[in-house]
Amino acid sequence: MKQRQKTTLVASACLIASLAASSFVLHRVDQLRPQATLDEVLFLSSPKLIKRASLGYDGLMACIYWTRAVQYFGYRHHYYATSYNLLAPLLEITTHLDPHLVVAYEFGTSFLAPQPPHGAGQPDRAIELMEYGIQNNPDNWRLYYDLGFVYYMELRDYKKAAETFERGSHVSNAHPFLKILAAQMAQHAGEYETARMLWSATYQTTQDQQIKQNAIEHLRALRVDEDVQHLQEAVTRFGERTGRLPASMAELASAEGLAGTPADPDGHPYKLTPEGRVEVRVPDDFPFASKGLPPGYKPAPKFHALP
Amino acid sequence: MRTRIAYIASNTFREAVRDRVLYNLIAFALLLSGAAILVGQISIEIEKLVVINLGLTAVSLFGVVIAIFIGIGLVSKEIEKRTLYTVLSRPVRRWEFIIGKFFGLAGTLVVNTFFMAIGVFVALFYVSHKFVRADALILVALYFIILEFLIICSLALLFSSFSSPLLSAVFAFSLFVIGSFAEDLRNFAGMATGVSRWLATGAAYLVPNFSAFNVITSIAHEQPVAGQLILQNTLYALFYATMALSGAVLIFERRDLK
Repeated sequence: MKQRQKTTLVASACLIASLAASSFVLHRVDQLRPQATLDEVLFLSSPKLIKRASLGYDGLMACIYWTRAVQYFGYRHHYYATSYNLLAPLLEITTHLDPHLVVAYEFGTSFLAPQPPHGAGQPDRAIELMEYGIQNNPDNWRLYYDLGFVYYMELRDYKKAAETFERGSHVSNAHPFLKILAAQMAQHAGEYETARMLWSATYQTTQDQQIKQNAIEHLRALRVDEDVQHLQEAVTRFGERTGRLPASMAELASAEGLAGTPADPDGHPYKLTPEGRVEVRVPDDFPFASKGLPPGYKPAPKFHALP
Repeated sequence: MRTRIAYIASNTFREAVRDRVLYNLIAFALLLSGAAILVGQISIEIEKLVVINLGLTAVSLFGVVIAIFIGIGLVSKEIEKRTLYTVLSRPVRRWEFIIGKFFGLAGTLVVNTFFMAIGVFVALFYVSHKFVRADALILVALYFIILEFLIICSLALLFSSFSSPLLSAVFAFSLFVIGSFAEDLRNFAGMATGVSRWLATGAAYLVPNFSAFNVITSIAHEQPVAGQLILQNTLYALFYATMALSGAVLIFERRDLK
């Protein structure tokens, strides 16, 4: 073997060995600090400064910050985190860089407004974000719809919700249901009926599959909530009539004159506990349900929960 | 005269396309356009937006880098290799040499932009599966990017006509950065008073206003570009490039090449 070939061989072996060794060591380092600090830090928090530093390529920077916001929310949501401190600043930077990035307002609001673990529990920041979006995109009726949605769903502020839907209904090409929603809010119509209408409208008017799936999950949860409430009322009625709790769901159904045993949207019959509570059989199948869940129920963390 | 300029331009073009660095930069820009597809997939609903924003930004930034790094060596390299003396010993005037170099470099950049634009359109087609009428707006953004290149080429030549390649690169890149802040400079001039107002206004008009050419973000949102803006930007780029080239000719005509 020539000297040159020897050198090539040794250098190649060194290269491969050191690459493998450095990867192994890096893996160990990652294990030592499992939650990388990089994605938890916002080195530059001023939207104006970032806009200037982007040298005019602010559209690209907005895409980068939007992706960062999605990754931040997605990661923390996956681990059932309860705090989302960087979410609002990331969304503000994104929308200041590109005020016409409508998707950042629509999804950003749905990230910010709901209570943890479904969202950041910051409806006020969501409203600020959406008002900024409306200011910059006054002809987009969906933004009014989403804002009214936050007022109704998260804050139960019927007056503001009605006003917002009304404002949106004046936008050209606005969907006709905005007027109906405005009227319904003003009348303080039944909660389930209104909520079902809102989620159905969301399902029907979006092209995005994730939003559609989210709307379906909420509609399923609404049905569970409504069923459980009705059944719980039936249990109370049964107790008042007979002085005891029904022995089974079948007995309750028979006493109420229901055809068959009541079942959740997946077809699983509702469960009646010895204490007279109506519960769903598989709570994890209804992540947005607020009724019919076992006492103290929390969705099982996939890994470890984040603060 | 035209033949001589065309001859110098074609030689400059041929020399530039032989440069390996050029291909590396184009390859990198195409890679970024491809990467835009991946970036879009880890986000929500911005696949097309990322392809347009990242693709056109790559075309613009890499074009600027190519313009500066090739432009700054156009004159100094000829002096260093002593080929300039051979050229100027023939019936070629110094100004023809500068103009020929400019057209050669501008031609190189137009061809580069064409290839990088193909990359952007391929990535766009991969993401959208079809082209829509609004995608034609990308051509306007590309046209503005080319106008930007014309200004940078002329500036690179201007600096190259009297300075070393390193200093020329620093000057040209600094002007690119300052030019991106031109509107801020104008706002500052609006707020200032007295002499500083005059100075700031003068500086704002002297530095190239690159922000006027940046329509990438609005085009990504399918917002149309006014015909007047296209016309005015074209005139602005032509006048500014002519100004910088005139400066380059003036300096080069008086430069002692012995």
